[in-house]
Amino acid sequence: MAVRPRRTLLTAVIAGALAATAACGGGASDSASGQTTLIVKTFSQFGYDDLYKEYEAAHPGVSIKEENIGKLGDYLPKLQQWMAAGKGAGDVVALEEGILSQFMAKPDQFVNLLDHGADALRPNFLEWKWKQASTPDGSKVVGLGTDVGAQGMCYRTDLFAKAGLPTDREAVGALWTTWDDYVATGKKFTQAGTDAKFFDSSGGIYLNILMQQGDHTYYDTSNKLVIDSNPGVKKAWDQTIGMVEAGLSANIDQWSPQWNAGFKNGTFATIPCPSWMLGTIEKQSGPENKGKWDVTRVPGNGAVRGGSFLAVPQQSSHQKEAAELVKFLTSAKGQTAAFKAKNNFPSSPQAIDDPAVQTFTNAYFNGAPVGKIFGESVKALKPVYLGPDNNPIGDRVGNALTAVEQHKLSPDEAWAKAVDDAKRLVK
Amino acid sequence: MTSGRGGTSAAAPSFPFREGHTLITDVRPRSAKPPRSTPIPPPRRGFLSHVDAKWSPYLFIAPFFVIFAVFGLFPLAYTGWVSLHDWDIGGAGAFVGLDNYTELFGDPDFWNAVVNTLGMLVLATVPQLVLALVLASLLSQKLRGLTLLRMGVLLPIVTSVAAVGIVFSQIFDRDAGMVNGILGLVNVDPIDWRADKWSSWTAIATMVNWRWTGYNALIYLAAMQSIPRELYEAATVDGASKVRQFRSITVPMIRPAVIFTVIVSTIAGMQLFTEPLIFGQGGFAISGGSLRQFQTLSMYMFEKAFRDFDYGYGSAVAWMIFLLITLLAVVNYFVTRKGN
Repeated sequence: MAVRPRRTLLTAVIAGALAATAACGGGASDSASGQTTLIVKTFSQFGYDDLYKEYEAAHPGVSIKEENIGKLGDYLPKLQQWMAAGKGAGDVVALEEGILSQFMAKPDQFVNLLDHGADALRPNFLEWKWKQASTPDGSKVVGLGTDVGAQGMCYRTDLFAKAGLPTDREAVGALWTTWDDYVATGKKFTQAGTDAKFFDSSGGIYLNILMQQGDHTYYDTSNKLVIDSNPGVKKAWDQTIGMVEAGLSANIDQWSPQWNAGFKNGTFATIPCPSWMLGTIEKQSGPENKGKWDVTRVPGNGAVRGGSFLAVPQQSSHQKEAAELVKFLTSAKGQTAAFKAKNNFPSSPQAIDDPAVQTFTNAYFNGAPVGKIFGESVKALKPVYLGPDNNPIGDRVGNALTAVEQHKLSPDEAWAKAVDDAKRLVK
Repeated sequence: MTSGRGGTSAAAPSFPFREGHTLITDVRPRSAKPPRSTPIPPPRRGFLSHVDAKWSPYLFIAPFFVIFAVFGLFPLAYTGWVSLHDWDIGGAGAFVGLDNYTELFGDPDFWNAVVNTLGMLVLATVPQLVLALVLASLLSQKLRGLTLLRMGVLLPIVTSVAAVGIVFSQIFDRDAGMVNGILGLVNVDPIDWRADKWSSWTAIATMVNWRWTGYNALIYLAAMQSIPRELYEAATVDGASKVRQFRSITVPMIRPAVIFTVIVSTIAGMQLFTEPLIFGQGGFAISGGSLRQFQTLSMYMFEKAFRDFDYGYGSAVAWMIFLLITLLAVVNYFVTRKGN
């Protein structure tokens, strides 16, 4: 019986320990020494490692920690939670073009970079890139541009040679001035019987054509859903369906394991490739296929797909330092360095014209002058406005295209479904 | 999402309770024993003992209830609260009452997810439990290398869900999958497994069955161990065949274990998420196929909340999942109990 008081004690200790554990939830990231740690949240690859070192060397007292999440799809919900919770977003966040409009709807969540002298930097960016991350009245700038997803067309030289097509990138580019020429080339390729399909899946082609159809897609600039009244969308759809019906598509979803394997096995001969995709192609094709891939211009007049911005969330406790870092990373010099590291194509005209970019070649792609090819694509380009639910609508249209490829819906049924899904989503 | 399968077998033998064994209940002050003849203890100690005796038991069980309240009850209630709002990325919007639920009932994608989930639940649970029962009765025989075999059936459960999803997605691949390869040997055209409901459900149910059959078999096996051998001996003497013994002795005797596995599999089936997500491909895998052929309720909830950023609507879906699970658990309970 004498042990009972000790039991009480034990209980109290356990209860106390529980309370203490619960109290240890938070915690500041800064040490007491006056050192400022800036946390940068990114997805995919931004190629900033060397720039961080340079910045830290020039700014004693500042250290930078990048927290990276591989896939944009995984990054977005996290970013969402951080912004909604008012903490966790760190000091600098990367915003991708397709999700930007969602965050632009609440610009107060971010620091107005005009307050930190961003106005003087305006000539450093392509005009449309600057406008994308500004509020309509131009009174607030939420983010500064990093890269743009300049489009090229990647193709397998070995498969082209097998099919009796030219392999030189100038000659290949001349094969497809327009998308109709591209289809004609595709048909020729298919008739040659190489076992490979002409392109991977309808999604990438469709997006590329869509981004060449004027200044808006699913939304007009007043954020009204115009998916069924914008002739550009239907045109891109019809053209893509035409290619699917001609049997040019391998019907392999982008970013699936089969897609990854397809690069290595030569399952498809061409793929519209934004600059940031070159790294993926190199990685998936592997060293044994070095020199088999090449890159040339896309049919039509240039195009972009994707591209990002850096922003400072209002919740950052080092807004001034973070804004300085953003300005440094998005400067022409920073963009050139990121391009060299990871092929992220610059959104700064100065960086695009920088000899380091213009003369840059990619050894894996037969030494293709990717700097020049993508630079021409970007400069030929007109800005495209993407509305708030651009990405979810794009997903639904993509699914409808896949359903056509699977022969589950007729093109007309699929189009009706895509429009209906988009309308239900937006309400 | 299938981690809810923990827990112990309902068929555990009754707790060996020995006479005179001191359990916590013994320390209650209102003991039936008469007070001892020793002198009365000092009053301070008596007070502490009183408090201790009265409250310590509650403190001992408190950790579970505290943790359950924080991580179980509160999120449940909060999700309910969110579902009554027009809640998006920026936080709580207007209170909309039951609007989210009204909309949900008219949402074809929601009902599609209900049908998919229930369809895969049947395809994944029924064969799984029947197979587990057969497997367990085989494992309860006298065989060579019994321990090895018993451990072997448990191996799939050690495999991570993601690995299972990836490997089976390749086995069921359209272009280079093993299943299509085998079908090709008997001149069957390759199947686009992701294109149809029946084919995608089959592929996903196969993953679930492969992973969980051994686990259930082990639970049945444990339950079978507690069936008195005399029953079988008597049955053998009476001339009952092995099959008859299995039907008339084994199955009725392990009924509690069967009820347990049915309910747990149902709950896990209603929460099916990872397998179909990995089976689906590309950037919009959460939609479960181009026409949502295999999108489950959990996937639809995730899509609404974390892709379309409609937290209110997503929470309403979450609550419907909860209600459906409760309903199914009750139905299961009564159906499996009926024989008693």
